Amino acid sequence: MRIKALVIRIIRQFIRDKRTLAMMFIAPLLILTLVNLVFSSNDYEPKIGVVSDQKIVDLLRSSDNAFFAYQNASIAHQDLADEKLDAVLEVTLPSTSITLEGSNPTANKSSITTIEKALRSLPNQDTEKTKNAPEINYLHGSADMETFDYIGPFLIGFFIFFFVFLISGVSFLRERTTGTLERLLATPMRRWEMVVGYVIGFGIFTILQSAIIVSFAIYILDIMMAGSIWLVILITLMLAITALSLGTLLSAFATNELQMIQFIPLVVVPQVFFSGLFSIETMAEWLKPLSIIMPLTYGGEAIRDVMIQGDGWNDIYGNVLVLIGFSLLFMILNVLALKKHRKL
Amino acid sequence: MGSVIKVANVSKNYRSHQVLKNIGLTVNKNEIYGLLGPSGAGKTTLVKMIAGIEIPTSGSISVLDSSMPNLKIMTQIGFMAQSDALYGELSGRENLEFFSSIYGLKGQKQKERIHQVTELVNLSSFLQKPVNQYSGGMKRRLSLAAALLHEPQILILDEPTVGIDPVLRQSIWDELYKLSKSGTTILVTTHVMDEAEKCGQLGMLRDGKLIASGTPQELKNFTSSTSIEDAFLYFGGVHREN
Repeated sequence: MRIKALVIRIIRQFIRDKRTLAMMFIAPLLILTLVNLVFSSNDYEPKIGVVSDQKIVDLLRSSDNAFFAYQNASIAHQDLADEKLDAVLEVTLPSTSITLEGSNPTANKSSITTIEKALRSLPNQDTEKTKNAPEINYLHGSADMETFDYIGPFLIGFFIFFFVFLISGVSFLRERTTGTLERLLATPMRRWEMVVGYVIGFGIFTILQSAIIVSFAIYILDIMMAGSIWLVILITLMLAITALSLGTLLSAFATNELQMIQFIPLVVVPQVFFSGLFSIETMAEWLKPLSIIMPLTYGGEAIRDVMIQGDGWNDIYGNVLVLIGFSLLFMILNVLALKKHRKL
Repeated sequence: MGSVIKVANVSKNYRSHQVLKNIGLTVNKNEIYGLLGPSGAGKTTLVKMIAGIEIPTSGSISVLDSSMPNLKIMTQIGFMAQSDALYGELSGRENLEFFSSIYGLKGQKQKERIHQVTELVNLSSFLQKPVNQYSGGMKRRLSLAAALLHEPQILILDEPTVGIDPVLRQSIWDELYKLSKSGTTILVTTHVMDEAEKCGQLGMLRDGKLIASGTPQELKNFTSSTSIEDAFLYFGGVHREN
């Protein structure tokens, strides 16, 4: 009953505040479109597994240290599927075939360039035999996959996280600065009812937001989509609820809107670096464990796996559970943080 | 039926700063008790503790024979804070709908109560307007209306008449008298000396200490002053030479 009253109030306030509503729905679309337009690729060092006779393997490995020898094609393909390799090169004279992992277009491009360069550098008698153009296969994706297809899924997750964090944090903060929190705390409303009411009230808008942004990316920006759109919406929704519970929690530690904005470089921006948008493999070893505590790591990875690799519920439910865990943790901490304002 | 609010030996510290020192007071049923003191005297802290939002560092507070804070007792208290505590984006009616739902009012009963309290504070014709278009006085009245919605047995008002014009102030006081007659106990804070005269009982608060209490007449007689202001000065340690 009290939760319902809170939910209705939040919806009404939201509908009155057109600009915030626009920020939540339109700003992410705008930025996604911009990134789609301007993004260009950068240097990448591929890892390529080679299955061939010893002589060719040795020649290739001496030409470029991107190559790793494999005795057995099926082991190489397993490593490819596990994302330990970017490509598998099989040379069984006279034909050559390349299998690309395919998720990351930058990795695809540089794998192909590296392989072609290495094949050309082979001594003449071998080149004769491999002059047939190599056959190229994709484990995931296809030749016309763009960089945006790879980073897009992370960006969808990130922008939803960012805007929901900011908007929910500031609204909860305002409840305190205008004195309405105090008034609510003078009523028999329980602290957990307040936290749950906020999550449901904002949750309704985040469902809409997730659905609109995901549909926009898929149908208008034509981002690659191998899996189910419903799964993507579910994951983005869980990510939004995590952001919502984190935003309302952290607002307890801010005294005004500016201090809430100050949490962006502290809490939101680091997630970009650790979330997998940039390659974690190139990061300092001691920094890597930090990605474990970043909600975006789990959300971004799950969205990408569904959109590019076509993963189903069985592959991503672990990530969804972690996000639910984060949300519950933040909500419980928020109920405790409200103790600062009323002990009961 | 004796005392409704009992405050015994209450002190409150914020870190090392002591805001209230050994406050003891009793408010009886149907009484209008005024807490008079300048800003910074600790009035708001004291009423917040009585309302159950804050907890005393030492001492005890009981309301309706239950030790505070107590969620059940809080349904019997109407609290109007110093800030208006309204949602600016929402209309007056939506604000009242929200607060009445929090207290469990719904349907016909909710409509009736909203109608009654808005008539009382004279806002009926402005209910559809968003609150951020209200004047300061209108917000104050709506805030008062919100505190009255659930017909509380105890009304705690923190500076209720700031920024309200004298005519309306008089009508609000008339209403407080009516409520008190019909059984409501009212605790009101003020820093306006002439308003203090309207209270049945008065407690004078200065620097976190209750320097005097009694009916306005008793306080004036005791100090042989003609006004509450002179009485406050006397208890505050300033002795006028006549």
